[in-house]
Amino acid sequence: MRSGNANSGTRWADAELTARAQPLVEYTLRLADDALVLSQRLGEWITRAPELEEDVALANIALDLLGQARALLTYAGQTEGAGRDEDALAYLRDDREFRNVLLVEQPNGDFAVTMARQLVFAAYQYELYDRLRASADQTLAAVAAKAVKEVAYHREHAALWVCRLGDGTDESRRRMVAGLDAVRPFVDELFDTDDLISQLGAVAVDPADLREPWAAYVDAVLTDVGLELPDPDHTARGGRLGLHGEALGYLLAEMQHLHRSHPGASW
Amino acid sequence: MVTSTAHVRRIAAEVPDPEMPMIGIGDLGVLRDVVIEDDGRVVVNLTPTYSGCPAMEAIRADVLARLAEHGVHDAEVRLVLAPAWSTDRITPAGRAALRRHGIAPPGPAGSGPVPMQLTVRCPQCGSPDTRELSRFGSTACKALWTCSACHEPFDHVKAL
Repeated sequence: MRSGNANSGTRWADAELTARAQPLVEYTLRLADDALVLSQRLGEWITRAPELEEDVALANIALDLLGQARALLTYAGQTEGAGRDEDALAYLRDDREFRNVLLVEQPNGDFAVTMARQLVFAAYQYELYDRLRASADQTLAAVAAKAVKEVAYHREHAALWVCRLGDGTDESRRRMVAGLDAVRPFVDELFDTDDLISQLGAVAVDPADLREPWAAYVDAVLTDVGLELPDPDHTARGGRLGLHGEALGYLLAEMQHLHRSHPGASW
Repeated sequence: MVTSTAHVRRIAAEVPDPEMPMIGIGDLGVLRDVVIEDDGRVVVNLTPTYSGCPAMEAIRADVLARLAEHGVHDAEVRLVLAPAWSTDRITPAGRAALRRHGIAPPGPAGSGPVPMQLTVRCPQCGSPDTRELSRFGSTACKALWTCSACHEPFDHVKAL
């Protein structure tokens, strides 16, 4: 068992060193952790969604994301070459080693908050995967080519709900507006670029290039029902560096508890 | 023993999909190809339908078990991601089997990100007067529809 608070500082430093030495691993973990953490969040809706069809829909979307995460984590582990498989990466890293954006770890809120997050993230992930299909890295290109078709459905699902809620009753519209307010501070981080991206060249997609097509899609959805993305009163970032909010710790505790208590458990 | 790729392919193709057992993985397009390596080892290449399809592990086990039943013991299943699976890989025979069992087969996947939706005919009564209840159905690959003519709900394999 590798976990333990006593040496987490050392391992954090180790992870940083590894990241600098292996940019492809680091980049793949960013993609994987976004999918994995959002998958876990969406799974929390199961048995709690407003209607049965939504229960099934959110579970299916979570499953797609989990499948993407598994392929990416497996690849990150293979590329790293230190013997870590998908389970070791998903279950035995602490929060500081996760590379997901803050948006995906935010608590679900009400259904409108979740749909606002889904619209923002699926539209981002769609543009990302659409370009990653042309990656110089064949594995990333293959994962993206498969995933972009799934994410097209996620994006459409969110867009339909945002329209329905925004164009529904006074109460549903109030909640949709509040949902957009809630996710807005976490939007800008999606499009941050850094040295890692330039280092990887044609392997990676520059997030900054996604902002314009992303905005075109999201704005069209929102404008259609007289909504808009508000100006943020603050912006939050740090996820790519492993600097997360409190919420991720609780999410990981739930996700990792079984595997850490019973290493290698299967059924 | 002597095996040919065509022989192994026929055996593997009949492995039923665990979630839609009326259709074999050959007709579903999940079976990509079979390769017999120089040392006689049989490699079955499968392409997953959806990234997170939970049936893949079951299909992998079923393929190996079925090959073993037919005397092919030195076999391996590999998952091939590219080119990505598409519902266009489902054969006409597979589409007919789906329809016979009350599942409306997919329309053409087309080239756009989300394919244009053609009329989905009710697999029960054949009426084109149908509507989508939910884009996401009982499995990742299906949507839930209902027929306004005979009022039966039915599954529809989404174009992908």
